[in-house]
Amino acid sequence: MTADPYDAVDVALLVKDQEQGIPLEGSEPTSSSRFRRRLKKLVAPAIVFVIFIGIWYLLSWKYLPVLMGRDSPPQFMRSILLPYPHDVVRVAYLDSGNLLEILSGLWLDTRLAFTGLAIAISIGIATAIAMSQARWVERSFYPYAVFLQTVPILALVPVIGLFLGWGFTARVVVVVIISLFPIITNTLFGLKSVDPGLDDLFALHTSSRRVRLWKLQLPGSLPAMFVGFQIAAGLSVIGAIVGDFFFARGAKGLGNLIGIYANRLQPERLWGTVFFSTLLGLFVFTIFGSLRTRLVGHWHESAGPEKQA
Amino acid sequence: MIRVNDSNGVALRFEGVGLTYPDGTEALRDVSLDVAPGEFVSVVGPSGCGKSTLLKLASGLIPETVGKVVVDRARLGYVFQDATLAPWRTVRKNVELLPELHGIEKAERRRIATEVIDLVGLDAFENHYPKRLSGGMKMRVSLARSLTLDPTVFLFDEPFSALDEITRQRLNAELLSLFLAKGFAGLFITHNVFESVFLSTRVLVMSERPGRILAEIEVPFPFPRDDELRFQAEFAAKGDEVSRALQEAYS
Repeated sequence: MTADPYDAVDVALLVKDQEQGIPLEGSEPTSSSRFRRRLKKLVAPAIVFVIFIGIWYLLSWKYLPVLMGRDSPPQFMRSILLPYPHDVVRVAYLDSGNLLEILSGLWLDTRLAFTGLAIAISIGIATAIAMSQARWVERSFYPYAVFLQTVPILALVPVIGLFLGWGFTARVVVVVIISLFPIITNTLFGLKSVDPGLDDLFALHTSSRRVRLWKLQLPGSLPAMFVGFQIAAGLSVIGAIVGDFFFARGAKGLGNLIGIYANRLQPERLWGTVFFSTLLGLFVFTIFGSLRTRLVGHWHESAGPEKQA
Repeated sequence: MIRVNDSNGVALRFEGVGLTYPDGTEALRDVSLDVAPGEFVSVVGPSGCGKSTLLKLASGLIPETVGKVVVDRARLGYVFQDATLAPWRTVRKNVELLPELHGIEKAERRRIATEVIDLVGLDAFENHYPKRLSGGMKMRVSLARSLTLDPTVFLFDEPFSALDEITRQRLNAELLSLFLAKGFAGLFITHNVFESVFLSTRVLVMSERPGRILAEIEVPFPFPRDDELRFQAEFAAKGDEVSRALQEAYS
């Protein structure tokens, strides 16, 4: 069979793709256009940031005194509630002693979040696989996965502390408990949503469940898994900080510092710490986002770079 | 003129096959048919009449409740309605899937894949992922994948129904050249009358559910067939004959 007359149509299709802005393999976009696209991606968030800071200034300058009543001097209100952003930067970040204290808390929570996430991902994937292989496992354990999700972590903290002490291990357990559920549910969803046609194809050509799991279910569930990882990434940072907060003894994480600064009426350092903790969340979330793009972006429809543009 | 049907014996046989689902729905009733090596048989019928179920029975995906299906399943090709490619595998890796599942070693796998990718004219696209391919190209990958095991019996479940008319006709022609080159026994499900006439040596017409075979129409046109055939008076007449039989299937 000669291919020429058919290829003409296929090439025409590819050319059409290119006209729609989908890059053809081998024709990378020029570096200047890529730079411009990246810049465009930054402009919108930057504008939002400026507006946010503006509202902050407005609140602490004008409305805070109004809200709190005339009796209290605005300078005082500002110093205990909502300082100006530049004061936050000055006190929290330009004072090396304060900065070091916050950074060491940040370092502790970073280690907590990543350790907890690694454990949660391992347990979560293993649990989801076990559930997908046997109905009885799913029936027996799924309710407890939901329990993990809904239990107020506050209620568990004394128990965890009792058994594991107040150190790193106990806080990691809090992170694992908080971030486990979305990993289990999303992975299980992915494992179960196999294309029925591919399922038939595998049924015709292999009887091995292990082969089916490795070559069909696991690769097919990667996109769903990464959705779970990204949700868990945000939760892991919350878990780390909540963990700090309740394990007041021991090393000081961002959560401990937030508690301390709030008690001591040191709002500049308080806000500086809060800001760092959100940065940590963003950092973990972004890592999993780019991992996802790298691992499944080249084949999965919704994760391709062209969809984000 | 090449005489395709030149060997004796039967590649695929249904003997009084019936299928009733556990909920009591009767999908097929007393279906008997033979497909000999080198024969290409199409089945047309109203939608929902159990045409696709025939293939699931033939492949063993569903067990028959009455009667018997006789076929050698070791070398069975099955092309589904969708291309059903694994989106995480490149064209080449998709084509290598079946040999991989059958434990064929890597070097041999590569050799087979190269050959069939060439055969369907996709050698320039072997490293593309399915999301970058058109519908027709995906279907060609699917065909190539089934060819890797060199099937003696080939089942087709409306493989071209989602394609536009021109692409469908082109793939019809490609399929016929594969058929001539390989000499397999084909059982082709379609709801397109002209497709069935163009491809087949024989057309079977099925009734509405429960599916039975109502008519059997021989298509005597010689092989190789080219697109000119579509414009011949005999071709139109044969199409009318199948259409008429199909019309009766609805009443």
